[in-house]
Amino acid sequence: MANNDYDAIVVGSGISGGWAAKELSEKGLKVLMLERGKNIEHIKDYKNAHKEDWDFPHRDLATQAMKIEYPVLKRDYPLNEKTYGMWANEKENPYTEDKRFDWYRGYHVGGRSLLWGRQSYRLNREDFEANGKECIAVDWPIRYEDIAPWYDYVEKFAGISGNRDGLDVLPDGIFQPAMALNCVEKDVAARVKKAFKGSRHIISGRTSNMTEPKPEHGRVNCQYRNKCWLGCPFGGYFSTQSSTLPAAMKTGNLTLRPFSIVKEILYDKDKKRATGVEVIDAETNQTYVFKSKIVFVNASAFNSTWLLMNSATDVWDGGLGSSSGELGHNVMDHHFRVGASAPVEGFEDKYTYGRRPSGFYVPRFRNWGNDKRDYLRGFGYQGGAGRGGWSKDVAELGVGAGLKETLSEPGDWTIGMTGFGEMLPDHENRIYLNKKVTDKWGLPVLAMDVEIKENELKMRKDMQQDAMEMFEAAGLKNVQGWDAEYAPGMGIHEMGTARMGRDPKTSVLNGHNQVWDAPNVFVTDGACMTSASCVNPSLTYMALTARAASFAVEELKRGNL
Amino acid sequence: MQRRDLLKLIATATGTMMVGGQALAYDLVQPVPLSDTGFSKDEVALLNEMGEVILPKTDTPGAKEANVGATMAVLVADCYTPVLQKTFKQGLLDINKRCKEAYGNEFLLLSAEQRTALFNTLDTEAKAANLAKGLSANLEMSRPNHWEPGDAAPAPHYFTLLKQLTLYCFFTSKVGATKVLRYVAIPGYYDGDFPYKKGDKAWAT
Repeated sequence: MANNDYDAIVVGSGISGGWAAKELSEKGLKVLMLERGKNIEHIKDYKNAHKEDWDFPHRDLATQAMKIEYPVLKRDYPLNEKTYGMWANEKENPYTEDKRFDWYRGYHVGGRSLLWGRQSYRLNREDFEANGKECIAVDWPIRYEDIAPWYDYVEKFAGISGNRDGLDVLPDGIFQPAMALNCVEKDVAARVKKAFKGSRHIISGRTSNMTEPKPEHGRVNCQYRNKCWLGCPFGGYFSTQSSTLPAAMKTGNLTLRPFSIVKEILYDKDKKRATGVEVIDAETNQTYVFKSKIVFVNASAFNSTWLLMNSATDVWDGGLGSSSGELGHNVMDHHFRVGASAPVEGFEDKYTYGRRPSGFYVPRFRNWGNDKRDYLRGFGYQGGAGRGGWSKDVAELGVGAGLKETLSEPGDWTIGMTGFGEMLPDHENRIYLNKKVTDKWGLPVLAMDVEIKENELKMRKDMQQDAMEMFEAAGLKNVQGWDAEYAPGMGIHEMGTARMGRDPKTSVLNGHNQVWDAPNVFVTDGACMTSASCVNPSLTYMALTARAASFAVEELKRGNL
Repeated sequence: MQRRDLLKLIATATGTMMVGGQALAYDLVQPVPLSDTGFSKDEVALLNEMGEVILPKTDTPGAKEANVGATMAVLVADCYTPVLQKTFKQGLLDINKRCKEAYGNEFLLLSAEQRTALFNTLDTEAKAANLAKGLSANLEMSRPNHWEPGDAAPAPHYFTLLKQLTLYCFFTSKVGATKVLRYVAIPGYYDGDFPYKKGDKAWAT
């Protein structure tokens, strides 16, 4: 069994798992990275990346057969022909809903790093302090200063484009040149800045789409195809495949094992340490044991917690980390799908060239500085402006040459934006094991019991109202506010369920992402989040993972693990 | 970055030349055979003729050249709900009935003027019918299965379905996207202040 012994095991190969594998293997550890799904090789397996719209027999529409296979996915945009097969099989991997929860999962090497929105923002100082100040949930065990150098570190490697905007609410980082705002966005940005006397800003989105190449990593800058979700043959955006996996492979220290469902973390209750993991081979159903000195759990927020719940159950009924009473609790997401849009007059002699895979961003301004609302925390907006394409509204036209001519020319400019709001951690919002339902491999599934509450509902009113107010203040007419309604999970930013904290009685992880009851087990994906902020979370998972990996290796050397 | 340097870098990164040439990593989707759609060759030809009335050949190609009928058959067969399928197919029968009532001939034997006149009439009727059912006025511009009726919800007028399918299948086709609209596979950069003069085509995507 010697070849089943490693220094470190990483469970999961998505954004945070890839970082764990890279950092640990670069520091000389022999690493095994386990992925429950199939392998996807960079470039070679991006089968749709060079297809054009007309190469898809259903022109990207979901078929009725697809909808039967994916009853959850079909609730929103992710079910389509171009990315079909890239989301977890819902029949083989069911879950149950006490309340509606849309869970979009990527079960393959790279996970959702191939399917993410790529917007990359730092949490700010206040984000790490607000829980403590406002007596919400528990205080983060770390402060901005603890993570700032790690943000620098991961931004530099991942390649984040953005401007240094000099705003406390959205700390600047190590950026490549930003993707530009277009002429209409710039104009509206200037008007908003003036109207709100510099208290509200429309800035370039900060995205992991690169504007400069990284030849040293074999990565080309973004080519503005906006086909990111088909896998980028240029390596133009950060994914496990384009970035962390090649770096980890280069060390010669990494073994990647796809089709490996980690069933439980093996726990030595006398030493209070994990000793390895037990794995089911997803193809053969055979069980394997792999041993290691440390385990990094990066299975995506809910599956990381699922794994803890299924581990050391002979010691704790609720599993490893459940002694706090918080394992599975404090589910968070970002609530969104509310905002405003407006037609923009003028700029008839302007258009855009290239398909920019990003847009503008409006950093949080509510409950910031002197602003006080009847709810806590805040929200940001993501949006963009552009001219209508062929599907613009020309309801007055019938059929024939006139219709064709009108549709073949661009329409008027419009601008729109959607709010992304912070969801408070709440003990009542939880996931738990539903042992009555099992997956294809006989493993118990997760049950979801999550809802947005009063604070979020109050905030949503502002999210719509403020968006309208900003566009109107910029001089736009016929501004339309909208709320397309939100169900938890739709943000695909699920967080919490194994939070970091200062006290083992109220948190699952300590300030270095170690499970209090098993210090050689680190959880560094979305599960660890103590609060959600309102910014897109993936960059923070990268930074926390790199920080924890560095700490883990030091602790190993000191003989503490 | 110069194009030449870009190509060199891509070649280094991937081991294959990914831009242009024969080495593109295409994995062509198998087309859905017509026999799997329940539509006959004649019906596809009829759909092409109908599409051509909605988007005719002008100084640029029309619906027939894009073979929209073949794609429409696949989308109706695979993407439509039974309710939409039934509405669409009965609509085709109704069109021929209307042709005979108005002109004493079936659709394929009508002149171009007669076809256009009939479709404009149907278009007006469809818009009124949808409005009466409380459906969106701009339905014909949305994706063909974006909206689906539950058992209780009213289906849109069949002509709206025909028009929606024609527009979608045409503008997502190679002919529509590259000869009627503009399309650049690999733009390479972004210009948010790109000059435009009246008559310039819209981007396909």
